[in-house]
Amino acid sequence: MNLNISFGQYCEGNSILHRMDPRMKIIASILFIVVIFLAKNLFSFALLILSAVVLIAISAIPVRIIARGMKALTFIILFTSIINIFWIKGETELVSFGFIHIYLEGILNALMIALRIIILLVGTSILMTYTTTPIALTDGLEQLLAPLKVLHLPVHEFSMMMTIALRFIPTLIEETQKIMNAQKARGADFSTGSLIQRAKALVPILVPLFLSAFRRAEELATAMECRCYTGGEGRTRMNILHATSKDYLFCAAFVLLGAAIILLNRLGGYALAW
Amino acid sequence: MSETKTPIIEIRDLSFAYPTDDGEAPKNALTNVNLSIEEGSFVSILGHNGSGKSTLAKMMSLILMPDSGSVWIDGKNMSAEDITEEDVLDARRKVGMVFQNPDNQIVATVVEEDVAFGPENLGLPSAEIRRRVDEALEMVGMTKYARHAPHNLSGGQKQRVAIAGIIAMRRRCIIFDESTAMLDPAGRREVMDTIERLNREENITVLHITHYMNEAVRADRVVVMDSGRILLDGTPSEVFSQPETLWNVRLDVPQTTELLYHMKKSGYNVRLDIFDPDECAEEIAAAIRSDRDAD
Ligand SMILES: Nc1ncnc2c1ncn2[C@@H]1O[C@H](COP(=O)(O)OP(=O)(O)OP(=O)(O)O)[C@@H](O)[C@H]1O
Ligand SMILES: [Mg+2]
Repeated sequence: MNLNISFGQYCEGNSILHRMDPRMKIIASILFIVVIFLAKNLFSFALLILSAVVLIAISAIPVRIIARGMKALTFIILFTSIINIFWIKGETELVSFGFIHIYLEGILNALMIALRIIILLVGTSILMTYTTTPIALTDGLEQLLAPLKVLHLPVHEFSMMMTIALRFIPTLIEETQKIMNAQKARGADFSTGSLIQRAKALVPILVPLFLSAFRRAEELATAMECRCYTGGEGRTRMNILHATSKDYLFCAAFVLLGAAIILLNRLGGYALAW
Repeated sequence: MSETKTPIIEIRDLSFAYPTDDGEAPKNALTNVNLSIEEGSFVSILGHNGSGKSTLAKMMSLILMPDSGSVWIDGKNMSAEDITEEDVLDARRKVGMVFQNPDNQIVATVVEEDVAFGPENLGLPSAEIRRRVDEALEMVGMTKYARHAPHNLSGGQKQRVAIAGIIAMRRRCIIFDESTAMLDPAGRREVMDTIERLNREENITVLHITHYMNEAVRADRVVVMDSGRILLDGTPSEVFSQPETLWNVRLDVPQTTELLYHMKKSGYNVRLDIFDPDECAEEIAAAIRSDRDAD
């Protein structure tokens, strides 16, 4: 079994995007998602593709890395679009075989859905994961959600949980690997046998893993207490987020992009059924 | 009365037993412990497994409260009835602790963010936190790794990050509970050098709990614990010149002391309190020479 997952695949760099306020990047991502779903015809899709290319260019993330990230999701992209080929009914029937009918509209739709997913993944991963460290992301989220504290929602606790989870994922993965190796050395077999047998083989991994996770949690709580942690109250931060006018302009660009897409939708051409 | 400085930590007649849940009679983890730690000193605490070292450390960092007796931090009785949450926080600003497992005390996903965690909890202004973080990383020699992810560091480096996190809070006293135990020899040396520098150069009081004798001899004072009591307390020379007492409680002595002890038993006139291998070799050579001359 391979547990080599690269989490929060932050990609070191110094582009405008890397230096941007994480709050603005979160807002921009949400705007971008909305814009993607506004696009309805070939013209607006062309503009979307162009904007994704511009994003890649200013992020200075190597295309190779982005492509590798996409490759992992090929199955999901193919699956959703292929379903569409069979699903959508249209006017120009291309294939008719028993209960299977494939229409030109279906194929075009499938293509656009695939494009939408790809653009969405590329856009949000560039804005949020490739150019933003997990800690900046949780900080940004905490501050964006800060107004909800009025409703007594545990915003600080939530972001602390996220930070600690992100911190401990690699540690626990490493530990799982160690326990598995130890069990393998004692003759455990995780890759053959029936499903039930394999599930049973996982028990001797999960039990020690959970025990150690609880022990770690207790030790960490003590250590945090010793470092005067008493929750979010009265806590300050070393890195204060501040949005510059550039950051606001960046968000405004996405609003403009949305407006442009709506205009282009009116130009006619093929319209997406969804 | 003579002018004496208030000890940074003082423990008076302290006893403690962990509560048991199955109706068993609780066994004392600490019994009538008296200990006073002078500001600026470097104290090693020795004792075999289960002798109560960690329990003592947890008393001093106010994680546990004594059953009887008291813990005084900087002249304030922290076991008094009227101690508030604020007082405890205040004491924690003076005494910090570094634990055994470096993995379980690092909170953040970036080194400098973790070092900033403590000062952030103190509510300091951002610029002040920045200054302290940079200073603390410099002090432990981890400036180069400020933007790294902690899980990619070596054990010794992680432990130095944990130490920086404590230094950045400007603690006057740091307790190290077997902070070198999980490290390889190189990591152990890195951390010991850092600890020693903090004591000598920054005048931070150090309490170092360890199983390694060669680390213990670097302190000004060695406290030996056995079954929840203090057995020996003195300078390394005083403590290690009684190897039999230490062996009785299943502790080692530095290798040099052991060698010299056996020399002495076979009739050579040597001192026992030599911890440097070269000095030890000289002492033995001198003893053999004078022995031969006497013949
Ligand atoms: N959480 C706990 N609950 C109950 N008993 C405990 C607990 N922690 C320690 N003890 C008991 O208290 C005694 C002292 O333990 P302590 O951890 O202080 O020893 P130590 O000197 O630090 O040992 P080590 O060298 O193994 O770290 C031991 O008998 C131990 O079994
Ligand atoms: Mg211990």
